[in-house]
Order: sequence, then structure tokens, then C-alpha cells
Amino acid sequence: MVLAILSSLWGGCVTAGTLTVQRKENTLMAKRDGGQVSGIASDDSGHNEASSELLRELVAHLRQNRTQLREEWVGRISETRLLTAMTKEEIFAEATSVYDSYVEALETETFEALQAYARNLSERIIPRGVETHEVVGIVLLLRDVLARSLFAKYQTDFKKLNRILDAYEPAANRIANTVAVGFVQERERVIRQQQEAIRELSTPVLQVRERLLILPIIGVIDPQRARQLTEQLLRGIRTNRAKVVVIDITGVAAMDVTVANHLVQTVEASRLLGATVIVTGLSPEIAQTLVTIGVDLGKMNTVGDLQGGIEQAERLLGYKVATLAEPS
Amino acid sequence: MEVPILKQGEVLIATFQAALSDADLNQLRSGLVRQVVKFRSRAVIVDVTAMDVMDSFASRTLREIAQMIRLRGAETVIVGIQPEVAFAMVQLGLTLEGVVTALDLEEGLNYLNKKFKNVN
Repeated sequence: MVLAILSSLWGGCVTAGTLTVQRKENTLMAKRDGGQVSGIASDDSGHNEASSELLRELVAHLRQNRTQLREEWVGRISETRLLTAMTKEEIFAEATSVYDSYVEALETETFEALQAYARNLSERIIPRGVETHEVVGIVLLLRDVLARSLFAKYQTDFKKLNRILDAYEPAANRIANTVAVGFVQERERVIRQQQEAIRELSTPVLQVRERLLILPIIGVIDPQRARQLTEQLLRGIRTNRAKVVVIDITGVAAMDVTVANHLVQTVEASRLLGATVIVTGLSPEIAQTLVTIGVDLGKMNTVGDLQGGIEQAERLLGYKVATLAEPS
Repeated sequence: MEVPILKQGEVLIATFQAALSDADLNQLRSGLVRQVVKFRSRAVIVDVTAMDVMDSFASRTLREIAQMIRLRGAETVIVGIQPEVAFAMVQLGLTLEGVVTALDLEEGLNYLNKKFKNVN
């Protein structure tokens, strides 16, 4: 009986693959009626064909109403105050290309192009301060706008609407997922890149005189950075054949016990390489920490400020700095 | 593998090979301590550039060598500790306290020459 109703209902609608679509419809009907759902698993290929058929119909609909839907979407975007960092024209331009990529992804059911586009888009809009929730928000808005238009188109035909939505929803969700993941990945890439840059900038080992290195440390030292500092310093001692190293920690407000211990170990390791370390610019807090961990002051050579440290280093190396003439 | 001990002026030089057994280390220790007086050397340089791992036995032996050489009337300089090895040693608490260290053989010889000049 169901089949009979179906063929009378859908006979005219479905252009190709009628039999498959009907079989699929049959199963769906059975499910919605609370009947048996057996056979749905064995019907996989048929299901795919049917859903791509529906997707084609869907895509045609979206292409036809492109202008109207796009405008509605842009309206919704400004209504919900998303993308406030961008001008209306920019939003419209982006919306157009997002819309087209969206429809294309629906049509081809491949997400590589969309992924590339999402990455490209993210690259452009991340520097402008667009947030993750905005990107996800606009894609979800587009999904909703399109879904509404489907509701409107098929409102008289609930069953067909169901089938269309069955095909549309997974694809739409996957698109939203792809865009969101693309955006977050791009953001993470930027963050990683910046971290890397900061890390490289943050630990310069500088030679100020023959056999004299200075290592100015600024900012917070976490265990990872401490390890990196040590590695760079020890390697620097070797490559520059340094005899004296001045570690200036004026720019470090405080350090925890682990890092303080690490500093002491760095001093000792440098000695094993034949270099003397002078630590300058210890803040009262760091001095307190070092006393608390019970550092052997015989091993730590400390001077109040960087100038004093360099002067002492010069003495150790046998340099003598003298003024040649009265400065004019 | 036995460690060769070279005589260079007033200095004895022993260069470590990559893989040394505990027996080799003991042999090196007794060899150095014996020869330092035999050759009337004023200092001993132990070059560990080739060692990429320093275990606690090797580290302790180095310290013992330094102390025994001191008792025999000469000085010891350890040279060529690799950066990674240095930090690993410090983390294990093997800091070779009281032993002079230098970057490489050249630095070690420089240090000793300066010191000999000051004494003379």
C-alpha cells in the first residue's frame, strides 16, 4: 500500500533512478511510520545515489535563488552583528564567494576546494581580528538561511522536504565543520609561527668582545624556555670559544624554584666547558628564591647590574678600557 | 681499548676514546698517576671531546684522577666536555668540583702555560 501511495506521489517528480529512489523512500517511510528499518544498511549504494540526486536538485534550487538567498544571508549577518571588523561591502563580497564555494561543495560533495578556500579566507580575515565564533556563526547562518528556503519551497510536500533535508543536513554540517576546522587550524598555525618567532627572538646569545658573551634574558622564563636558553648558551660558548659569559636577568621579574635551579645548573655546566658565568641584575625576588633553594654562593658569580658585569668580565679577560682623549 | 698517554713538555695528555670500559678507566687512572711522577710532569690534561655520554663512574674517576694527581704534586685540567654532556652531568649532580675545566685542548694548554709563567 505504501508503495502504491509513493509511486502516485513521486512518480512524476523523480527524473532518473526512479526505482532506487522509491526503494529508498520506502525504507524511509517505514522508519518514519515506526515500522521495520531492516534493509537500510544493505541499501547503501542506493542511498548514496538517491541523495546525490537530491543534492543536484538542491543545488539547482540554490543556484536559481542565488541573489535573493545571498542577500538574506548578508542581512542576517549584520542583524546578528557578526563580522563587525569588516565593512558591509567586504562582507557582501566575501559572502558571495563563500556562497558559491558552499554550493559547489554541496554539488561536488568534495571538500578540498572548500578547505583551501576556508584557509585562504582565514588568512585574510584573521589579521583583521575576526573571531572563531563569528566564522562559525556565519556559516551556521548560511546553513539556516538555506534550510529555511528549502522549507519554503517544499512546504506543501512534507515528505519530499524530509528527503531533501536528509541529503542536505549531513553535507551542510560537514561544510560548517570544514570551515570551522580550517579557520582554527589557520589560527593555530599563526600562533605557532608567532611563538616560534618569539622564542627565537627571546634568547639571543651575543658576543660583545672576543671570548665574552652576553645573554640578556627578558620576560617570563618557563621550564621550556629555560632549557632552550641553556642549550643556546652552551652551544654559543663552544662556537664562540667564550671564556666569560654575562647572563643579565634585569628583565626577569621573578622565577620559580625549578627555573632558579636550572639557572644554577646552567652556570655549572658552563664551568664544565671552561667558561665563567657572571649573573647580573638579580631582582630582590629572585635573590630570595635563590637563597631559599640554598644555592652555593661560591659557585655563583653575581654583580648588581649589566655594566658592572661586563666590567668584571673585562677584568677577568685582562681587558683594560681607557679613555683615549677628552670627549669633545 | 687502552687510552694513550702523550708527553708534551711538562704536560701529560690523555685523550679519551668514544667507548671506554670501567677497566680502561681504572687503567688510565693508574697509568696517569704513575707517569706523572715518572716524567716529572707539572700538569695532566684529560681530553674527553670524543665522549658523548658521561656516566657516574667516568665522572667519579675523573674527579679521583684530579685529586690523586694533586697529591702527586701536579694539576689536572679536563678539556672538551660537550655542551649536552655538560648539562647532563650537572643534572646528575656530577659537577667535578675542584677540577679545572677548559673548552678544548688548546684552551687547556693556554691555561697551563699562563699558570706556569706566573709561577716562574
